[in-house]
Amino acid sequence: MPTEILMPALSPTMTEGKLARWMVKEGDTVSSGDVLAEIETDKATMEVEAVDEGKIGKILIAGDTDNVAVNTPIAVLLEEGEDAGDLDDFKASAAPAPAEKAEDVEEAPAPTPRVSTQETHDAYDASGEIPAGTEMVKMTVREALRDAMAEEMRKDDRVFIMGEEVAEYQGAYKVTQGLLDEFGARRVIDTPITEHGFAGIGVGAAFHGLRPIVEFMTFNFAMQAIDQIVNSAAKTRYMSGGQMESPIVFRGPNGAASRVAAQHSQCYASWYSHVPGLVVIAPHTAADAKGLLKAAIRNPNPVIFLENEILYGQSFEVPVMDDFVLPIGKAKIERAGDDVTIVSFGMGMRYALEAAEALSSDGINAEVIDLRTLRPMDMETVLASVRKTNRCVTVEEGWPQSGVGAEITAQIMHHAFDYLDAPVLRVTGKDVPMPYAANLEKLALPHADEVVAAAKSVCYRD
Amino acid sequence: MARQAASRAKSSASTAKKPAGGGKKSAPKFTPEQIRKFYYDMLLIRRFEEKAGQIYGMGLIGGFCHLYIGQEAVVVGMKSAITDDDAVITSYRDHGHMLACGMDPKGVMAELTGREGGYSKGKGGSMHMFSKEKNFYGGHGIVGACVPLGTGLAFSQKYQDSNDITLCYMGDGTANQGQVYESFNMAELWSLPVVYVIENNEYAMGTSVKRSSAQTQLYKRGESFNVPGEQVDGMDVFAVAAAGRKAVDWVRSGKGPYILEMKTYRYRGHSMSDPAKYRSKEEVNKKRAEHDPIDHLRQTMLDDKINTEEELKEVDRKIKAIIADAVEFAQNSPEPQPEELYTDVVA
Repeated sequence: MPTEILMPALSPTMTEGKLARWMVKEGDTVSSGDVLAEIETDKATMEVEAVDEGKIGKILIAGDTDNVAVNTPIAVLLEEGEDAGDLDDFKASAAPAPAEKAEDVEEAPAPTPRVSTQETHDAYDASGEIPAGTEMVKMTVREALRDAMAEEMRKDDRVFIMGEEVAEYQGAYKVTQGLLDEFGARRVIDTPITEHGFAGIGVGAAFHGLRPIVEFMTFNFAMQAIDQIVNSAAKTRYMSGGQMESPIVFRGPNGAASRVAAQHSQCYASWYSHVPGLVVIAPHTAADAKGLLKAAIRNPNPVIFLENEILYGQSFEVPVMDDFVLPIGKAKIERAGDDVTIVSFGMGMRYALEAAEALSSDGINAEVIDLRTLRPMDMETVLASVRKTNRCVTVEEGWPQSGVGAEITAQIMHHAFDYLDAPVLRVTGKDVPMPYAANLEKLALPHADEVVAAAKSVCYRD
Repeated sequence: MARQAASRAKSSASTAKKPAGGGKKSAPKFTPEQIRKFYYDMLLIRRFEEKAGQIYGMGLIGGFCHLYIGQEAVVVGMKSAITDDDAVITSYRDHGHMLACGMDPKGVMAELTGREGGYSKGKGGSMHMFSKEKNFYGGHGIVGACVPLGTGLAFSQKYQDSNDITLCYMGDGTANQGQVYESFNMAELWSLPVVYVIENNEYAMGTSVKRSSAQTQLYKRGESFNVPGEQVDGMDVFAVAAAGRKAVDWVRSGKGPYILEMKTYRYRGHSMSDPAKYRSKEEVNKKRAEHDPIDHLRQTMLDDKINTEEELKEVDRKIKAIIADAVEFAQNSPEPQPEELYTDVVA
């Protein structure tokens, strides 16, 4: 049976081209790899090579023909033992076989945006996370993070920590203090200053079955490694059809510290929370830091764990429990109220809570929600609250455009539009790189005063 | 200690400066069985890639498609030097690596056509395929990314105290990425069991090594980190296999990483839409005519009476049938269900 040689597509977008000239003639014997013809596209002249062995039985489209559609038969190849006689019974298919186009693809079950007023939302109840009567101890966020890692490392030999100054220096911010002594240099590993490299090594080790914790001295430096975090860690489960996974935790301080200026003071919350395939956690309290870091280490996905340098030294009550693990993806109502919902996370919670205190003396009861996890984001709890208060203010240290507050605002507009009595307002870091001067830095960061003003505004009380 | 390491790197590099076995037939230190497998595996890759190129032309494969034609001796020779438990990782010119690892041509071809029978259920495509079962860790689309990842596989092998090693492939273009040197540094610092195989096919897309690299002898790129390197005729499967054995023995014995620069050549464009303006047709034709790894091996097999002409033709027919089956499977396997859009994002 003679074989048709078809007009090939030589690029992802080519639909037709010029058959410029034949490099073989009827009767020629060809083998795979031989150049048969030259084709011109809008981009370039390219060669068509033979794939099968045989004899050119008939040339169907002459050289120097314009606008030949992809998949049009351009010649017929005779295989060993066939001759021109076989061509008589052979009819070249008249119409080119249509190449499949993206437009033909069946509509996916996408969550088509639709307005619905029938939605209901249930707030997550965090009250059961710590059983009543549990002994509590005061502990800094720093100690809570260290204990979380130490507990998980005791339980699971696959867990190790690597990063700059995590071992002998005991951690640039002392978060890994004592880990080298307890676990040794095999599991507590000082790296060179080489974020791109060690982030990738961590992901590779995770592919291969380990459970790495990669510490970035700050998340500002993780920009050097963001390709490995997004392209390698976050996308591989999907790209492999679920075969591979990268259970890895990238952690370190995020956002502004104090007087370290633009390159060391950026909040990456919205950057990472944009990426499917990542889990993003940003705790405020020591208890959440501990319970969520333990959960992150056990999680089968790549987790971005955003800490804050200023919070490291702050003390909170932490439960004394053998194995205190918190659920990922659940917000916590840190302070209940009916008048306005204030949503924040991480360091922003400090401003939110200060503001709520100030508001209460003015007779406004704010409900303060700590998101704790940014991806997946617990919008159920936020929406349930907004349906109750009908007003919302978001607080974050990051920049306003495409920020976490922008996402929350859009979600509320979509799912609770009818419940809003005022537009959602965002309190954010100002839309500038972080300045060094003390007064300017203060202006650049969000303030409790700004949160108070925004809350009063949405309550029409200013 | 550091001094010892430095001298070892130097001597190793200088003794192996000339491509081994280039041009002339190497004295095979391989059994007829092994040689037949070399031939079979290389021809399987060649025919697979030719077919992939053809059905790309028919619109059955979309997007980018980087063919391995011309470079077959590299993966086949290297595969002969490792065990099935060792790990392999590479960049996006990856079809040959997968077939050499023993992955099913049907699953690879069906991934190229974006069907549910593909290794990534059609969600990865040409550049993103994996097989945990065959210890093939991808298939990575970002130039350079596979090098720290491969180093991480080796980190894990050492951490778990296994005797396994990693083959971490990259191209000559990759050799100019910064993360490669971050990896060389840590691999040597921590004595990780990884062989870095630089497939120098002379062109990073359209930029020749000469136009991109201050040091064109890529096997020397590990010198500042005391990583020994060796240049090998990557068009000669015997030379590749011999150098591979040596490098693999080195890393498996705990001495740290090793670099093999494979001097090879790709016959086809960088991807399917390559206008090939950066090199002459004569150059390509000369390589094909004088250095083709499969022709070279075929001649050796006939000369050494390992197989007759007719037996080799039979091999060819067998492979053709396998490829035809793969294409049929890849065309008939359904597209992934729409529901698959949302699966495998997170667990």
